[in-house]
Amino acid sequence: MTRLLPYSAAALVALLLALLAGIAIGETQLSPSVVYQVLANRLWDAGYLVDPIDQGIVWNYRLTRTLVAAACGAGLATCGVILQALLRNPLAEPYLLGLSAGASTGAVMVALLGLGAGALSLSGGAFVGALLAFALVLLLARASGPTANNAQVILAGIAGSQLFNALTAFLITKSASAEQARGILFWLLGNLSGVRWPSVWLAVPVALAGLAVCLWHRRALDAFTFGVDSAASLGIPVRRVQLLLITCAALVTAVMVSIVGAIGFVGLVIPHALRLLLGGSHSRLLPASALGGALFLIAADILSRTLITGQVIPVGVVTALIGAPVFALILVSRRKQR
Amino acid sequence: MNIMTSAPPVALLACQGLGFRVRDTQLLYGIDLNVNPGETLGIVGPNGSGKSTLLKLLAGLRTPSSGSVYLLEQPLTRQPRRQIAQALALVEQQADTHDAISVFDAVALGRTPWLSALAPFSAEDTAIVDQALADVDALHLRQRTWSSLSGGERQRMHIARALAQRPQLLLLDEPTNHLDIQHQLSLLQRVQALPVTTLIALHDLNQALTCDRLAVLDKGRLVALGAPLEVLTPERLLKTFGVHAHYLTDPFDGACILRFRAP
Ligand SMILES: Nc1ncnc2c1ncn2[C@@H]1O[C@H](COP(=O)(O)OP(=O)(O)OP(=O)(O)O)[C@@H](O)[C@H]1O
Ligand SMILES: [Mg+2]
Repeated sequence: MTRLLPYSAAALVALLLALLAGIAIGETQLSPSVVYQVLANRLWDAGYLVDPIDQGIVWNYRLTRTLVAAACGAGLATCGVILQALLRNPLAEPYLLGLSAGASTGAVMVALLGLGAGALSLSGGAFVGALLAFALVLLLARASGPTANNAQVILAGIAGSQLFNALTAFLITKSASAEQARGILFWLLGNLSGVRWPSVWLAVPVALAGLAVCLWHRRALDAFTFGVDSAASLGIPVRRVQLLLITCAALVTAVMVSIVGAIGFVGLVIPHALRLLLGGSHSRLLPASALGGALFLIAADILSRTLITGQVIPVGVVTALIGAPVFALILVSRRKQR
Repeated sequence: MNIMTSAPPVALLACQGLGFRVRDTQLLYGIDLNVNPGETLGIVGPNGSGKSTLLKLLAGLRTPSSGSVYLLEQPLTRQPRRQIAQALALVEQQADTHDAISVFDAVALGRTPWLSALAPFSAEDTAIVDQALADVDALHLRQRTWSSLSGGERQRMHIARALAQRPQLLLLDEPTNHLDIQHQLSLLQRVQALPVTTLIALHDLNQALTCDRLAVLDKGRLVALGAPLEVLTPERLLKTFGVHAHYLTDPFDGACILRFRAP
């Protein structure tokens, strides 16, 4: 516990530096001092003289999208950690398990079929979609074999993703105008351009709450190391913990997808790399993954804005470009282990 | 069966009319068993006779299809998992992990039922884990990673984890099947010397002779229960295990040894 303080201080500094980079770097380069002055003006009325355009860019565009990127990265990485621990599969991840695809379908249904309007009902649609997709995936995995915790879950997840992606595509072709369709497709690939302060107030608390719930159950997550029966004999109410934490993962994923679209592989790459570095103990792995996810998505967002000048690549494309090869590496190294 | 009228038996762990089925297969039939405080009760039987299944039911990991289990005279189904885990520890026949976990952390999982979300891992917990490691002669492995351990070392760590739970009752499913002869003997000796009640599934019938009592399972039925020499008669061994056997007396200390021949 005595080591807690220096680590949290280092984490905070890293996060602040990343936020600063996320705000400063972009099509219009801003110097760190300008960024500082704008923030100081806004946060404690420092009264610096700053160009109002710079002020607007920092406060309304860059800061919001960087904060949302951090929250999404942290939330998705946390979800990855929980799903990997509970399903005993290092490849489990919201995106690969079809949660993101289901959430997309739900959100698109709300957006296109008009089952309500506004950010919250979109998240509501995404949430229901994520839960339905996940339930379907688990049922499929269970039906394909008695031990639903190995390759079957991932296969079922891929099948579920395909189904829901097809449904989303069907809905878009059937009901959306060309312009709507382009917007939705861009959003589906992961897009941070549209986020403003209301999204920050949704994403940040949800990510923090998800992390807090998981940290509260860190010993239970540890107890799953040797499987479900072993967790039960260590005094964990297995069903209750699984239900609670998987619902938590579905909720966090759903909220994130409803804000930024389906961003894949964050929940896979970050926990996997940190597990190699720090070992499996969740009291370290959970906060480290949340931080790592936040830094990773901020970096991916910066890349998405700067790789091609004058154009924004969907951030989900950037994470997939990094994540897919890592996924392949994990598969190969797992095969060598056996 | 009228469980309501029959009083729960006075024992640390007990079961009455315990039956278990998976889909159409009945795996256990009406088992009555009392585990007395302090004893070492061995469970023997051929492969697939239901030893592991019985231990899982007694530990509350499976729900019986008929009958019930009593832990400390309370029905197991009415006790929270945490409370059960504070009284009873189970070492499964096979449990492994791909996680990169250190030996100390693996054994420290045994403290889980005693820790809460806010309580940090205390110096006392560390001392208990180290004692458990010492009990299985493995303090020197403390810093190793799990994946670097041999099969027998892993098995000893599972037992250490169960000991770190500080249970009154220890349920061991074939704890010696990967161990070298020295560790087999020392493990059985240590377990029997510990002030815990032990239920142990064994395959080596000569080792089973050192238990206080033996239960013999055959195709899901409890066919004999009692003192080892009364239970493991040559007729029983032929009928249940399908081998001819007779007892020899060790001239060294006068102990009985079983010798087997294929029929
Ligand atoms: N989920 C299941 N579905 C169907 N049959 C099962 C299931 N679990 C166990 N069995 C069967 O129940 C029987 C008893 O299994 P159990 O593992 O209890 O045997 P055991 O006495 O421990 O054997 P061993 O000495 O090999 O460890 C076996 O025939 C096994 O195939
Ligand atoms: Mg067995």
